[in-house]
Amino acid sequence: MRKYTPKDSVQAKAYYTDRFHVVPSVPTQDVSTDEVFAKQLEVLSSKVDIKSAYIQIEQMRVEIDHKDNFKAIEILKNECGYAMMSEMSAVDYLAQDGEFEVFYQLLNLEERKRVRVVCRIPQGLAIESIVPLYKSANFAERELFDMFGLVVNNHPFLKRILMPDDWEGHPLLKTYPLHGDEFASWYEVDKIFGKEAREAIGPENRDPAKIDRYDTKRFSRVGREVPFGADISEGEPDTPIEYSQTLLVDYNASQTQLKDRK
Amino acid sequence: MAQHQVNYASAGGLPVALTTVDHLLNWGRSNSLWPLTYGLACCAIEMMASGDSRYDFDRFGTIFRASPRQADVMILAGTLSKKHAEFARRLYDQMTEPKWVISMGSCANTGGMFNTYATVQGVDRIIPVDIYLPGCAPRPETLQYALMMLQTKIRRESANMKKNTKQNLRLL
Repeated sequence: MRKYTPKDSVQAKAYYTDRFHVVPSVPTQDVSTDEVFAKQLEVLSSKVDIKSAYIQIEQMRVEIDHKDNFKAIEILKNECGYAMMSEMSAVDYLAQDGEFEVFYQLLNLEERKRVRVVCRIPQGLAIESIVPLYKSANFAERELFDMFGLVVNNHPFLKRILMPDDWEGHPLLKTYPLHGDEFASWYEVDKIFGKEAREAIGPENRDPAKIDRYDTKRFSRVGREVPFGADISEGEPDTPIEYSQTLLVDYNASQTQLKDRK
Repeated sequence: MAQHQVNYASAGGLPVALTTVDHLLNWGRSNSLWPLTYGLACCAIEMMASGDSRYDFDRFGTIFRASPRQADVMILAGTLSKKHAEFARRLYDQMTEPKWVISMGSCANTGGMFNTYATVQGVDRIIPVDIYLPGCAPRPETLQYALMMLQTKIRRESANMKKNTKQNLRLL
């Protein structure tokens, strides 16, 4: 029987893990330890349901329900002074929990504070766009859609941003192999030449160390040319490089001529 | 007496050069290779350096042209993504015959370090390549050497492109 490999994550794994390795944990503090964050959390919790909140590496992490994402970020922007959204993306937890974790990284320039708003959204549901609040969310949400297939509601122009429009699959999912699925591996061939050219071109070479010394269909060596597809496993004949005798000007010759005259 | 008088009596006798059509055409072609101004990634920076006054591509008769209609050589300088492959092929198709291709750098040759879903694993999957130039990124001198190798190759070919073995490699 063929060895079973889990299909929910096809990502490469380290071939060796230290049995005694302990993952270092980042210490967390209570929100009440920071005055500014405590005040902001109070404002936020009065209007939005908060699942959890703590401070880690001088940043507040607030987990909310995915339905409240627009409302929560609107409050943080208008009432808590978070004028910038520096990053947003998602993490694929489909295999463990069947949901994505979407995070928004916000920055308050006046009080030098950063907050991370996190929400979990089950697969198949769409998240609300925050483009009306932050223009920087426009491309980030398109990338979210492109890479994870997570639909964003009320986005002004929800279209793939990195991959081609006719691409199949969402490359940042754990189920997407790094070398691509079959669609990806034949994409350029199918698109340019059509499916019938697949056989002539052949599959992709994914071995970077592969060398075919005797390939005369794709390579020729200058000075050792042979006919197309000839068998050179026995060695190939030397054909020395011929230079055009009539058009080659011998500049050195005239120099010696002048020297002789002197 | 003039120092530079023509000496009719030496080396050939008469001020007449005898040659073949192949030699003459290939001489013209190989000494005026006009590449397409077409950079894909960091190799394009080295390609630009090759064209500037320090390395000076012009002395080979190599002048970058901004239109595929005027170009003879396509230098694929850098990583070719699958999204862009279609357009690279279209530019190649728009070039007039005879045309040659230099694949510059590891990424163009084999996909290089980008062993991923989004990168074309060697531009020879979509375009017939004449010279594979290794390096990451190749120095301008190396690109110039590659161009000189291409010149050597052209001089050895038949001026009638249909006779050349490369035609077998053309897919469409």
